[in-house]
Amino acid sequence: MKVIQSLGILLFLIGLTIFTVMPFLGNYTLSQELVLANTKEIHQEKMAEILKPMYGETYATNFSFISAFNENFSAYNDALKDESKWDEVIWDDYSFPLAQSSLSSPVRDNPWLFFGLSIGLAVLGGLMYNLPKHQDEPAGVKNNGIFHSSMKNRGWMGMITGAYLILFYIILYWFPAYIVNQVWMVTPLSMILSGNPASQWFLYGTIYTLAIIVMGVRMFRKYKGNKYQQLRTASVMFFQTAFAFLIPEILVLLNQPYFDFKNIWPLDYDFFYDYQIATFLSSGGVGMFMLIWGILLIVIGVPTFTYFFGKRWYCSWVCGCGGLAETVGDPYRQLSDKSLKAWKYERVIVHSVLVLAVVMTALTIANYFSGFALLGNATNQLHSFYGFAIGSVFAGVVGTGFYPFMGNRVWCRFGCPLAAYLGLVQRFKSRFRITTNGGQCISCGNCSTHCEMGIDVRWYAQRGQEIVRASCVGCGVCSSVCPRGVLKLENGLTENRINEMPIIIGNDSIKINA
Amino acid sequence: MSSNRHVVIIGNGIAGITCARQLRKLDDSVRITVISGESKYFFSRTALMYVFMGHMKFEHTQPYENWFWEKNRIELKEEWVKSIDFSTNNLLFQSGENMSYDDLVIATGSKPNKFGWPGEDLQGVQGLYSKQDLELMEENTREVQRAVIVGGGLIGIEMAEMLAYKKIPVTFLVRESGFWSNILPKEESELVGRHIREHHIDLRLNEELEEIISDPNARVKAIRTKSGEEIQCQFVGLTAGVTPSIDFLRNTDLEVNRGVKIDFGFRTNIPHAYAIGDCAEFHEAPATDRKQVEQVWYTGRMHGETLGYILSGNKVTYKPGIWFNSAKFLDIEYQTYGTVPAKWDTENVKSFYWEHADGKVAFRMLMDLEGKILGVNNFGFRLRHEFFDQAIKEKWEGSKMISKLDKANFDPEFFAPYYIEVQKAFKSQFGGEFKVSKKTFIQKLFGANV
Repeated sequence: MKVIQSLGILLFLIGLTIFTVMPFLGNYTLSQELVLANTKEIHQEKMAEILKPMYGETYATNFSFISAFNENFSAYNDALKDESKWDEVIWDDYSFPLAQSSLSSPVRDNPWLFFGLSIGLAVLGGLMYNLPKHQDEPAGVKNNGIFHSSMKNRGWMGMITGAYLILFYIILYWFPAYIVNQVWMVTPLSMILSGNPASQWFLYGTIYTLAIIVMGVRMFRKYKGNKYQQLRTASVMFFQTAFAFLIPEILVLLNQPYFDFKNIWPLDYDFFYDYQIATFLSSGGVGMFMLIWGILLIVIGVPTFTYFFGKRWYCSWVCGCGGLAETVGDPYRQLSDKSLKAWKYERVIVHSVLVLAVVMTALTIANYFSGFALLGNATNQLHSFYGFAIGSVFAGVVGTGFYPFMGNRVWCRFGCPLAAYLGLVQRFKSRFRITTNGGQCISCGNCSTHCEMGIDVRWYAQRGQEIVRASCVGCGVCSSVCPRGVLKLENGLTENRINEMPIIIGNDSIKINA
Repeated sequence: MSSNRHVVIIGNGIAGITCARQLRKLDDSVRITVISGESKYFFSRTALMYVFMGHMKFEHTQPYENWFWEKNRIELKEEWVKSIDFSTNNLLFQSGENMSYDDLVIATGSKPNKFGWPGEDLQGVQGLYSKQDLELMEENTREVQRAVIVGGGLIGIEMAEMLAYKKIPVTFLVRESGFWSNILPKEESELVGRHIREHHIDLRLNEELEEIISDPNARVKAIRTKSGEEIQCQFVGLTAGVTPSIDFLRNTDLEVNRGVKIDFGFRTNIPHAYAIGDCAEFHEAPATDRKQVEQVWYTGRMHGETLGYILSGNKVTYKPGIWFNSAKFLDIEYQTYGTVPAKWDTENVKSFYWEHADGKVAFRMLMDLEGKILGVNNFGFRLRHEFFDQAIKEKWEGSKMISKLDKANFDPEFFAPYYIEVQKAFKSQFGGEFKVSKKTFIQKLFGANV
């Protein structure tokens, strides 16, 4: 078994290495035809002229190609900016499509081969490592050694992993021109699913989904004998694969709008953007259904489900961000900050993001109905600020890149506006709570240590109090790791959901209900 | 109460700290000092094993953040008390410093038993109780090929689990014929014994330590059992119970026996001196199913709660409720409510026992001759404290309790509904007019099977 697992690690590392060196393969040759084919009509003439010095030249690396592109392009734009001719500046970034089309590389020629050698080997290796885990051990808590692990306790392996993830996100969001090889690699898959070529987002979606599946298998092994953990892991694997990955692509294949039926505003912050609304309204019955479905989820789905089950129905059973956090992020859950100070920051930050999202959306809608008379293009500035600061930096770079530093729920805890909304419902109007089993708590601290949301569960448990917290995503791990059977996630009567007792039951010296 | 009264608590375990917190809640003005040489901040002793096994870091065992004490004006003094002058209400610390008190609470806890075995003070031989013991154990288990644990109780099995984490083969000597068999009935003891062996721990029942053998450097190199077998080992865990840690109080005016003698108001024979927790010994047991020295986390906490009330001027005495306890044996959780001794008089007590076919889940209920519930043991699944507190206090019929067992279930959602099997088994053995619970639709669809 050890051999298979070691081989698995080896294959994973080979796959990761091939994936990582892929951007350095091939060379880039630009021609006027390619420029014309990949730029908007209004820019075609200008771009063809700007990039003329590059035609016919073969660039050996993406660095030299992109730097040549930037040199020519900036020279043009900067001159206009200096003269304050803002209207003539070209704001579109064509580096990605031009790098993509200029590329000739073994990856572009043999995409499936490279897919197999990189992602394929990594997935195979991951499965070979995960499947045999805990095989000869009885079912039970499997947290041995996590604080002695370099990977899971901010050692050098954790640092490298975090740095790699952060770099990946930065390239993905802002420098996709450097990873056109990987995009070519997944293009045939994209053609099968949606009939369209791949973008960097398709690449990301593919990796994201496979990561959830491979690490979901790890969850099945780690929590064998724990049906709650198994079911919710299966659920996030299903929703990611079907709802977030396959269905939107298939919709595109069927000439319908790309739509993730489980993504809810304000996490899905562009749901009410004018171009989204326009897409819905121009797509007939299906588009109209999507618009109504999305609105129903916000106004009826969230409050109703959260009333009955707590926010867990979404955060740890359905959500894609939650899905990644609960599978790929599970090894890092113990790194969340449990201090009271962190909780204070959390409340301020997450609710600020919610307010920002609501204000931005309200302005967008008002602007839309006023025919853009109200604010003109100002909402676009707001959108790009939100998209950059919240959508990309917070949710992506920090949200996932910081797993090995601050735990797997940084985004969900401090940033997600939908989590804030769900949390308000959970805190004030829900049947959900974590019940403390009378006086059985021994204050050991396993529950708090392994709470990914940084809730000091023990604080409540050792006072015999039920745990009612806006941030609890109902992952159920506190209950799993409790050695004395003290915690149970329950939906029940709303009376006495928040209780404060003078002492804990089992001591008749003092009357509890005096 | 005078506002400049100074309450000094020796010991910052669960008893002492609970007392301090409770007193502060009830009395805003009293000055409170908690003394401990073991650790400045309160930590959960029961969690030391998890630090060793890397589930947690030591700071995770501290239930309150460091600012908590200052905020609540509970002064912490990191010192060992050397002696107490009860006539002048004065403490002398090992550092030579003094501290005076108006009320003194002795909550010094326990220390591991040593029964005078030859070699018990060798290097590599230790118990496990304090933070220092944990640090010593980390030191002592660096290069160990085999370890021996002496004494089959809760600390023994914890130590076995800790050593197993380090992949150190363990031989576990238990004097009795079953693991923890002075507390657990035969079937339960066997259930745990099987599970210990499932974890590849070499459990030796009916086996006692004769002597610990030294190498030339005063380090343990082997032990010899009473049956004459010599076992090579570099580590010996002494886990044959604990005893009150009150050596510094012997030969003073304070009345002591095994522990500090107290009444049900935790008063010692000296005015303004109280004792709580593991180190206290009641003049008589607080209830028929209880001991004079109560050495459990929960009782320590109750002592602390009650004394906090007393010191704030409330007229209360210690009246423990229905007994409860819990433990975890490797992967198997155990809870108990009410009275279930290891052995009972079969003339006057009826026993119902159910065990799952896999031998890791079990339920026992004892009833009196009228069928009224006396207590339960459950293994491998969780039951609700409040439910049994009420059922036992109100002396429910066993069949009534069993009929409502679905309400008592505390296992997570989708777990196998063992209570249904328990109900079926009870019905076939004892009869009773009740309906066996049914699986819900969701349970049928998604839930685990028994």
